Amino acid sequence: MSMTGVLRPGHAQIRVLDLEESVKGYTDVMGLKPMGRDSQGRAYLKTRAERDHNSVILRQADHAGMDFFGFKVLDKATLDNLEKKLQAYGVATERVPAGDLLETGERVRFKIPTGHTIELYAEKTAVGSGVGCTNPDMDVIDQPGITPIRLDHCLIYGDDLDGARDLFVNVLGFTLVERVKLEDGKTDLAGWLTCRAKAHDIAIVRHSEKDKMHHVSFQLGTWEQVLRAADIMSKNRVSLDIGPTRHAITNGTTIYFFEPSGNRLETFSGGYDHYPDMEPITWTWDEVGAGIFYHDRKLNDAFLSVVT
Amino acid sequence: MPKFVVRIEDTGEQYACADGRSVLVGMEALGKKGIPVGCRQGGCGVCKVQVLEGEFTRRVMSRAHVSAEEERSGCVLSCRIYPSSDLRIRVVGAMKKNVCRPALPTGTPSVEPA
Repeated sequence: MSMTGVLRPGHAQIRVLDLEESVKGYTDVMGLKPMGRDSQGRAYLKTRAERDHNSVILRQADHAGMDFFGFKVLDKATLDNLEKKLQAYGVATERVPAGDLLETGERVRFKIPTGHTIELYAEKTAVGSGVGCTNPDMDVIDQPGITPIRLDHCLIYGDDLDGARDLFVNVLGFTLVERVKLEDGKTDLAGWLTCRAKAHDIAIVRHSEKDKMHHVSFQLGTWEQVLRAADIMSKNRVSLDIGPTRHAITNGTTIYFFEPSGNRLETFSGGYDHYPDMEPITWTWDEVGAGIFYHDRKLNDAFLSVVT
Repeated sequence: MPKFVVRIEDTGEQYACADGRSVLVGMEALGKKGIPVGCRQGGCGVCKVQVLEGEFTRRVMSRAHVSAEEERSGCVLSCRIYPSSDLRIRVVGAMKKNVCRPALPTGTPSVEPA
């Protein structure tokens, strides 16, 4: 478990309705760095602090949502090994050739039981962060955009939550950190999972349709930066969903908002460390409102129903 | 600045939509209710309406929620249309894709009280 398998979320490919408008939103408002376009016209971006070439890929499409979410693994041997494990578990895998995504090696692609496409890859060109690796200065935010630290996690909605959770735990070495139970006290409504020692690297909510995206999340350093993000959003007339507020689940301070094609993004700070020896935290149905929005203590309709 | 009146037939609510605001955001900005609010960016489909009367301009909206045929018949996402005359609309979206309330079978009339 000491960081030898799946390392971290690495990239998300998001469908957008108007590519140029979206690139502007992700750069000017979010403060991500444009990293080029490929022959298919996809736009690549990364945060300033991320070292690998890209973390967000935008693809023009006629409907919003997420094409796939990718995790970086330690090395090529790990990639081969995890692919064998997936196949042994009965999961069909596909190899996407190196270079299909800019500056990215071969990817192992598969569908999880909620219908989402997940990828694993071992190689993405390390272009470095803004401050480098030798005697680095603090990266003082000196640009108008939100400028998050990293792509941190995603929350997906789909039908077979149990199957998807078990795949992440049994095959990919994730740990269940928190869960919400439905009214029956048995069935999971939601689960938060980590591949290392975070509060979450991916979360899954049970939902009637397959392959829906709830949000892709970016980490900020402090609550003060969450407030700064909210100011930047209002100044730029960004469509706000909820916040700034706090999740009791994961302890994150948060803003949910919608990017120019209606895909929900989150900027958050906080969280805690979770190790595999720890018992998962359980939320009962009657307290799920407080679990998700700790100050309001109630669910809003949009949290459960607005997805792309 | 022209302001056009939007009337929501389901509730009888009406409001003057400020120039430059979508039908949905114009409603929200005045604290009015009637059309369900989702992403406000043409992606999620929650704010779908049928325009019964009036003219509007539109921006791109998700084909997962509005087919080309629907769009031609005035079925649109209210966050992506801008009035260029007074409008009469009817809500067809509504929050139906809820985990607690399973999605209706395809083809089920989806008019619900707002």
